[in-house]
Amino acid sequence: MSIEQKKRLQETLVTLPSLGWLLVLFVAPTLIVFVITFKPADPFGGIGPGWTLETLRSLANPNYPAIIWRTVWLSMLTTVLCILLATPMGYFMARVGSKWQKVMLLLVIVPFWTSFLVRIFAWKVLLHPEGPLKQFLVYLHLVKPETSLLYNANAVLLVLVYSYLPFAILPIYAAAEKFDFNLIEAARDLGAHSLRAFFSIFLPGIRRGLMTAVLVVFIPALGSYVIPDIVGGPGSEMIGNKIAQRTFVDRNLPHASGLSAFLTLAVLAPMVAVLTLQKRKGEKGPLIEGDA
Amino acid sequence: MKHSRLPLITTIFVLVFFYLPIVVLVINSFNASRFGGTWEGFSFKWYIRLFHQREIWHALRNTLIIAVGATSVSAVIGTTAAFALHRYTSRLQRIHYTLIYTPLVVPEILMGMSLLLAFVAIGVKLGLFTIFLAHVTFCISYVAMVVLARLQDFDFSVIEAAQDLGANWWETAVKVLLPLLAPGIAAGALLAFTLSVDDFVISFFVAGPGSTTLPIRIYSMIKHGSPPLINALSSILLVVTFAAVWLSQRLTEEKK
Repeated sequence: MSIEQKKRLQETLVTLPSLGWLLVLFVAPTLIVFVITFKPADPFGGIGPGWTLETLRSLANPNYPAIIWRTVWLSMLTTVLCILLATPMGYFMARVGSKWQKVMLLLVIVPFWTSFLVRIFAWKVLLHPEGPLKQFLVYLHLVKPETSLLYNANAVLLVLVYSYLPFAILPIYAAAEKFDFNLIEAARDLGAHSLRAFFSIFLPGIRRGLMTAVLVVFIPALGSYVIPDIVGGPGSEMIGNKIAQRTFVDRNLPHASGLSAFLTLAVLAPMVAVLTLQKRKGEKGPLIEGDA
Repeated sequence: MKHSRLPLITTIFVLVFFYLPIVVLVINSFNASRFGGTWEGFSFKWYIRLFHQREIWHALRNTLIIAVGATSVSAVIGTTAAFALHRYTSRLQRIHYTLIYTPLVVPEILMGMSLLLAFVAIGVKLGLFTIFLAHVTFCISYVAMVVLARLQDFDFSVIEAAQDLGANWWETAVKVLLPLLAPGIAAGALLAFTLSVDDFVISFFVAGPGSTTLPIRIYSMIKHGSPPLINALSSILLVVTFAAVWLSQRLTEEKK
């Protein structure tokens, strides 16, 4: 065996476990979703034989455009709010002394590691009609006693921001930490207003972190299901809720596949966009920064 | 921005936002009142009731079986993945890299749904085993990313030195590479373990009868159960999380 062949063999051996596993249990199942979209449902909640366009036809359900629009709109709002909060925070964390930096990083990581359900449940308790926040707001006359803080789109948005904010802070902080803050000083010495220095020097300087943050908030938000399920109501359902309903309530797997296939395409679009944008700029390296 | 107070104010606001619900939840778990609106005295009664719930112990057992299995397998596969990604720069590795990071971003519901369909299509019986397979699938990516970050500041000359001294690749891997990478692998495994214990959406889709995990149990308690019991359970989980984060920080900082 030549050295070249040996190296190739070694590479294949170390790559195979992960590549093989993901091909079988990630890529193939994703493709199966598209295939099953064209299969009929059988009466026992499984998948019937033959092929049909039934699912595609039922996807034309007049309720769906409103749900899709709401899903995209809520995910966009979540992303914007997360970026608006995470950018000044990332800036602050990068500039504060290294001792505080560690403490703050820990404070951001703890919610990131904390059980997703626990965090959603904590908000349900807080927003509950008999919960402390509601009573406090009523006491301040900010909210009427009969208004419900729970089971509407605002509650969903609030908890979406709460859940995904750590995902936005980490990559922005990672980028800000590498940013050379002398550039801002230089811009200000040259007469730039500090706000202008922030927008035209700092933001472009951390754009990779910003792009990662947008991606890791927007894409998972599109697939939200538990949050609207627990703190939302009938008027704040998202695509994820419909997929779950078709799977668990109606047990119509092909219909659930159709919706999942649609969501997969919707998720791929922003990913491909960001990747090509990064490739064009010739930037390489991990897309996900600052995890854990 | 030196004179602007906005970054500081935002940071304080965000931290209060992060911790307010958690603090209220923990306080309420000791509240004798059923709804946390008023304080009716300090009490351990919810914790005591929680310990008498048999379904919770059963769910915890399932969760731990899956988490230990998924963590061990994904720690091995994730480490080999990170090593391959770091060592080689071929086209294969570009595809490999894309496959590793895509599961990190893809919404959980899509992963759960697609795995459910795959299992139904092949005819695999849903249960603990299917949850285990699903968990390994998403844990590989997290372990790989953590170990990869660790490899980035790894001095590869020690490997060359070992090989110059006559060690074969297996000896090099086990005696030189593995001990040096151990803290990174442990940190990755810890993250995988936490994610596995915490996972609800994917588990919910691929679970079968009798394979209820702790998050699935918590979900049904949120939907139908008694809030103070979940407060108590959540508080216990929070303590475990704090311990895990602390341990993970210790592991990743050891070298510095």
